[in-house]
Amino acid sequence: MDRLLFGDNQFFGVNHMSEEKARAQAMRFQKTDAIMEVLDTAYDAGIRTFMCTTHDRIAEVADRVRANPARYADFTFYPCMPYAHKYANAVTEHGMVGALRQFMPSDGLLSTALAGGKALATKEVDGIAKVLIDMEMKMFQGTKAPVIFIQNVFTDLLLGMGFSRAFRIFHDHVREKYGAEPAYITMNMPMLLEMLEKEGIERPIICSNINKIGFRMSGGFDAYLDALKSGRVRAIAMSVYASGAIPADEAIHWISELPGVESIVFGASSAGNIRGTKALVDRYMGQVA
Amino acid sequence: MQDGQSGGVRIGVVGLGKMGLSHFAMVNAHPLARTVACDGAGFMVDVLSRNIATPIYKDFDRMLAEEPLDAVVIATPSRLHAPMVTAALEKGLHVFCEKPFCLNWQDSERLTDLASSKGRVAQVGYHYRYVGAFREMKRILDTGALGTVTHVTAEAYGPVVLRPKRGTWRTQREEGGGCLYDYAAHPLNLLNWFFGTPDQVTGSVLGHVFSEGTDDQVFSTLRWNEGPTAQLSVNWSDESHRKMSTKVSMIGTNGRLYADRQECQLYLREPHPALAGYGKGWTVKYTTELTDEVGFYLRGEEYSAQLAEFIESVHAGKGRAAENDFASATQTDRTLAMIIDNAETGQPVGTAQARAVEAPKKRGWFGRA
Repeated sequence: MDRLLFGDNQFFGVNHMSEEKARAQAMRFQKTDAIMEVLDTAYDAGIRTFMCTTHDRIAEVADRVRANPARYADFTFYPCMPYAHKYANAVTEHGMVGALRQFMPSDGLLSTALAGGKALATKEVDGIAKVLIDMEMKMFQGTKAPVIFIQNVFTDLLLGMGFSRAFRIFHDHVREKYGAEPAYITMNMPMLLEMLEKEGIERPIICSNINKIGFRMSGGFDAYLDALKSGRVRAIAMSVYASGAIPADEAIHWISELPGVESIVFGASSAGNIRGTKALVDRYMGQVA
Repeated sequence: MQDGQSGGVRIGVVGLGKMGLSHFAMVNAHPLARTVACDGAGFMVDVLSRNIATPIYKDFDRMLAEEPLDAVVIATPSRLHAPMVTAALEKGLHVFCEKPFCLNWQDSERLTDLASSKGRVAQVGYHYRYVGAFREMKRILDTGALGTVTHVTAEAYGPVVLRPKRGTWRTQREEGGGCLYDYAAHPLNLLNWFFGTPDQVTGSVLGHVFSEGTDDQVFSTLRWNEGPTAQLSVNWSDESHRKMSTKVSMIGTNGRLYADRQECQLYLREPHPALAGYGKGWTVKYTTELTDEVGFYLRGEEYSAQLAEFIESVHAGKGRAAENDFASATQTDRTLAMIIDNAETGQPVGTAQARAVEAPKKRGWFGRA
């Protein structure tokens, strides 16, 4: 993994500080051209990995990247699935089974099994999970996608319920079908690490908040540091600036001295912030490449 | 509580739908909770019972009879809240019930009395009261720094029903579905927190956009005799919002106060001695700085925090809820009923005492205002 990964919150109206700012960003990025312009700035600054939700708009980005292999020879996607709001809204509208059927190929056996309303065999449940993963991965066909994540709301829902076998299904399917590295985004890193280890998943790639002030590091700051020091996790740090609460230089410097952090993921819309973060990461963590 | 001090709090989470599943995950992850779940037969029960260690009952009465519980979390369709909460309280259990509390506010009052006579922690899931920015709004309001508040707007928008479709219980009013119960209940509950039950409700419209069985948009004017007038505007067929967005703004004689999930903005004409840290003009505080960390995060600190407070109140042997007790949720149920009544009859519901307002002076030929 590269030292510095580019995130996508800023493109989809996700802003942890202000709804007004989130809307302004959603307006700015409603054309794919505007997204590509920022991605190009990042790519040209040497940030080659785009860690992104399986949002419909990302399909358009993947189209652009596929269409221009010379320009984007090293462009790498780290897909994060599923795009949770899509499912949450569908569940409200159609109920749980109805929502699942919405996202399955309508002619498939599994959709028919769901419609039947009778108890499903374990094999069928695994099959549904795999089909859902494949549906989310469709948009990345023909691009480089060597690491594939489960999005945090979904990871943490499974984690809270104790549904560890779902992580195993995901892990095996991502390895077998995509030859990719399974990875997990979470807001509860120490607890997730323990559960993955119980499933026999060793040294997992986990993306979680890691920042100097302990912002949204659920399970406790010390538990995070212990996990990092133990060498049991390949960590990706997000929210390193804690939504702007920590000055950039101080934030990156602090992260660079932590063991176990392989990468930082950050989102930005301006060339200045992109190049600024890149320069800090180069200085404190070594060249990206 | 009687016997759980060392063994934790034994909780049954009832209903594994959209809210129930996430409640179940958060309760199950709490270090003091020992959890069982309950839901009618169905796809989710089927999948979970084969894959997780937690026992899952398919029958509520059987769970109550067989499982030695301290508390239940009720997250079933709203129509079932009253009978299930009744059964749980009669068994002497502490209860956390999802919102809206009861579809009939007489049930809400009865259960408020029952919970208080039994000395149980009885709480309703109005999570916005656990959002840092709205807590700050309440704190500022209680200091009196805003002066006399006269003008309030409460809004909620989001993308739930975006096209005509076959519905679930959430799209049937009799079942407790619809934009009024699902969305408007939240800003109304905040207004109840700030000002109590309104004295009069007028101008209510429960409008259809896509749904056949229920409302997709809500308007209403609420009046407090000893307080402000508020306008409510809610719509759950608004795709421009990524998820539900709730906002409240108020104007008082000493300034303006605004809050949404992310931030709390205050404009003060003059600083107020009871409110440190806020000067003349604008001050903005963000939820990120106003929010305490939670032990387990799923979808916002507020969801974890309300359940953690419930579990910890039960564990500490408290006889009442720290926030969102049944009495406060009953205010919201009454307010919802007033809006429905007003929308159906077109007649004002409740009595507003006219404030002594000077009649406008007669103007000349051109004076209209």
